[in-house]
Amino acid sequence: MNVSLILIILLIGAFVTYFVGDKLASKVALFFSLAALGCSVVLLNHFCAGENISVINAWITQPKISFALNADGLAIAMLLLTVALTPIIIFSSFGNEYKNAKGFYALILFMAFAMTGTFLAADGLLYYIFWELALIPIYFIALIWGNGDAEERRKAVIKFFIYTLAGSLFMLVAFIYLYQKAGSFLIDDLYKVNLSANEQLWIFLAFFLAYAIKIPIIPFHTWQANVYQKAPTVGTMLLSGIMLKMGLYSVIRWQLPIAPLAAKEYMNIFIALGIAGVIYGSIVALRQKDLKKLLAYSSLAHVGLIAAGTYTLTVDGLRGAVLQMIAHGFVVVGLFYAAEIIYRRFQTRNISEMGGIRTQSPKFTSMFLILVLASVALPSTFNFVGEFTVLYSLSQINIWFAVLGGTTIILGAYYMLKMFQGVMLGETNSKTFADVSVNEGISLVVIIAVLIFFGFYPKPITDLITPSLETILSVINKN
Amino acid sequence: MNTLIAITGLGIFCLLFEILNLRKAIVPITILGLLGVLALNFSEFGSTESYYNNMITVSKFSTAFSSLFIILTIFLVALSHNFYENHPTKISDFVAIKVFLLAGGVAMVSFGNLAMFFLGIEILSIALYVLAASERLNLKSNEAGMKYFLMGSFASGIILFGICLIYGAMGSFDVVEISESSLSAELPIWFPIGMVLMVIGMLFKVAAVPFHFWAPDVYEGSPALTTALMSTLAKVVAIATLYKLISVLNLIPSLENQDLLPTFENIVVIISIASMTVGNIMALRQVNVKRMLAFSGISHAGFMLMTLLTIATSAGVLLYYTAAYALAGIAAFSVILYVCKNQDNEDITNFHGLGKTNPLLAAILTGSLLSMAGIPIFSGFFAKLFLFNQTIQSGYIALVIVAVINSIISVGYYFKLILAMYSKEPNQERTGKPFLIYAVAIVSIVLNIVLGLFPSLVLDLLK
Repeated sequence: MNVSLILIILLIGAFVTYFVGDKLASKVALFFSLAALGCSVVLLNHFCAGENISVINAWITQPKISFALNADGLAIAMLLLTVALTPIIIFSSFGNEYKNAKGFYALILFMAFAMTGTFLAADGLLYYIFWELALIPIYFIALIWGNGDAEERRKAVIKFFIYTLAGSLFMLVAFIYLYQKAGSFLIDDLYKVNLSANEQLWIFLAFFLAYAIKIPIIPFHTWQANVYQKAPTVGTMLLSGIMLKMGLYSVIRWQLPIAPLAAKEYMNIFIALGIAGVIYGSIVALRQKDLKKLLAYSSLAHVGLIAAGTYTLTVDGLRGAVLQMIAHGFVVVGLFYAAEIIYRRFQTRNISEMGGIRTQSPKFTSMFLILVLASVALPSTFNFVGEFTVLYSLSQINIWFAVLGGTTIILGAYYMLKMFQGVMLGETNSKTFADVSVNEGISLVVIIAVLIFFGFYPKPITDLITPSLETILSVINKN
Repeated sequence: MNTLIAITGLGIFCLLFEILNLRKAIVPITILGLLGVLALNFSEFGSTESYYNNMITVSKFSTAFSSLFIILTIFLVALSHNFYENHPTKISDFVAIKVFLLAGGVAMVSFGNLAMFFLGIEILSIALYVLAASERLNLKSNEAGMKYFLMGSFASGIILFGICLIYGAMGSFDVVEISESSLSAELPIWFPIGMVLMVIGMLFKVAAVPFHFWAPDVYEGSPALTTALMSTLAKVVAIATLYKLISVLNLIPSLENQDLLPTFENIVVIISIASMTVGNIMALRQVNVKRMLAFSGISHAGFMLMTLLTIATSAGVLLYYTAAYALAGIAAFSVILYVCKNQDNEDITNFHGLGKTNPLLAAILTGSLLSMAGIPIFSGFFAKLFLFNQTIQSGYIALVIVAVINSIISVGYYFKLILAMYSKEPNQERTGKPFLIYAVAIVSIVLNIVLGLFPSLVLDLLK
């Protein structure tokens, strides 16, 4: 048994979903995503028992490309994030009607397939293929099932596509260059390549372009808010919950160990860019009137901090970043889902048209409040663990980084609570707001349970990821 | 050699069918015949022989490319059935011309003598002139045919002039003799001049910048099926022949002897960059799909010319690239043929809402455009990957970066079409599901994906 099983399940799931037709598509998709989750848990057990669940097969002889999937603790953690969020995301869409549902759900599963592959791939080119494949489904999801004016949506998604493709093509050039030096695309061989400081800088920048656009890091973020707003909520969840973690994960897995000298030399610049994202995202979020856009900018602020954490090159920074990736994945999916629930009832995303929900639906209000508090990293939530670890690692580099990065908590609390006030409190709205249905409740409760459970007890995850992070750090510090 | 004879025989048979009044059977029988020729060609693979005083040389290179040409012709003949529905009396002519065109193409990649090379070019070109002007009552088609004929015969003249100069320098038309004497230190100046003229003529056939001006007008004016043929088969034939010409005449070593190699390489780099950039930027502004694909073809020619820089090792890469490009082109054109069947133009508006009215064909067109744009898992991605890999290996990293930037630009216009299919409302009803068009579209896109999943199948053929 090995990790390719998950990929096979998701890929077959995508095809089956397409062929069962519109009526059953959502249920079949949910079934396959749950099957993938189940198998991942089984694989996790195998992994913890010390079994080897990685795969390596020759694929193309010349140039030498292999079908290699590597499952270490870090990859498994990201795999679990993907397969845990996918069923939640699919389930959350059950309240909506989609035209051509079979295509919609098939694309979701296909995207989960590509993202899982990205997290697992241990061959540079295989990784690149999965990385690009993940782009196609989200493009169509946002284009066909998105909302808002069609012309604006077209512009937003094509900009997104060209941006991300542009970034990743430079990464492809970097990979080909590395291949000339290493004679193989396998990650272990790429780790061993000796590059001069100058070569490392260029390769680092080529990778950075790809990742900075995907994450996004300032000044490559301009596609983000529009696409988040125009995409259907499911697409937004996939983008913010999982896809941008591909960028952050790749920084840890590929960029830093391959070009460690450049990473050390220019560390401060990249940390500063991340922190600039924190401050910029928070300030812009303050002024947003559209709920989805506000969440998009808050997401920009949070990932800026995570990116800063990865570039510290310390165990704490990396660990905090990974923890925060997982925590942010859950909380942002929860928040976008809450926005979708409100939209289902009020048909608006404009904060000023909301309000007075608390009196009508106390259950939803309390769940929303927990999500808001988790997102601002209240102690005892999972986000606190991650964010605090990152801030701690930043303070070791330079205390000012920690101080400026810490504004995320202050500003975050400000705009999130202001948003909460506007959306939930105030006078009772003339429109009625039904409390959460059972389906909606299940998704939210699962998310909240995860956030609180790991907030109190993050040890299983830290134990899972720390060994592989230490291995990566030892590669970074080899000279 | 047997392949060439068989193809010519098949062409003559096609003409005879007309006399025997077997018009209805002509497409299936020709396809079967071509499949037989394909099998025959495969059986020759691996042997290296020359026939008729070295007029024709069969090598791995020629058989591999001939197979590709035959496969493309099968697709094009299959598409003829629906395309010429309204001209049942002429179908045998059109099919026969396509088969003769294939004979010209095969002769071009298996020449062993410059006379044969020129014969091949002329057979191919004359067939193309006729096909371009084949819509007799359409002014645009006539214009296209005339333009192509004037420009094409001019290029043929230049090639002929080049061949004469080479003969003057070397005293022979035979490729082996020329390549042997081209390595000697003392070469008359006629030899490089002759080579330059021949290369210019071939660049014209490939439609590389700055010899590309005929392409958009001719592509737009010609009947859609002829455009499909020009942009896939004819382009592939021309680039393969150019590659073969330069490699068998030992041009690279002979230039090296005379310290002219850097100049040659610079020129290739410049033409390659100019073709990609001009092709892509012009394509961005087109509303006519055929014209857009003409410019996209120019930019792909720029990519393919990059193989000339690594001529000793890149035959496999060129074969893979051309196969990926041509298969995607066939898939795209079969959808275009279906969509624009009863329209008087091929504007992008015809494609509005195709994703709703005909999801399968829309998906196929999307796939072929993604392949041309170089998105994995389609073979277009691997073609670019292998090409870039090869080119970086020989140190042209700047050229590769320009190529990458061009790939990004190309997304702009390929996606314009995809956007039109999926995000606009349908504006017309289409009925009928012509079997052959569907079959060609599906088979070619499947082949394209199979090449993407198992690139070694093609890539290792020319080792």
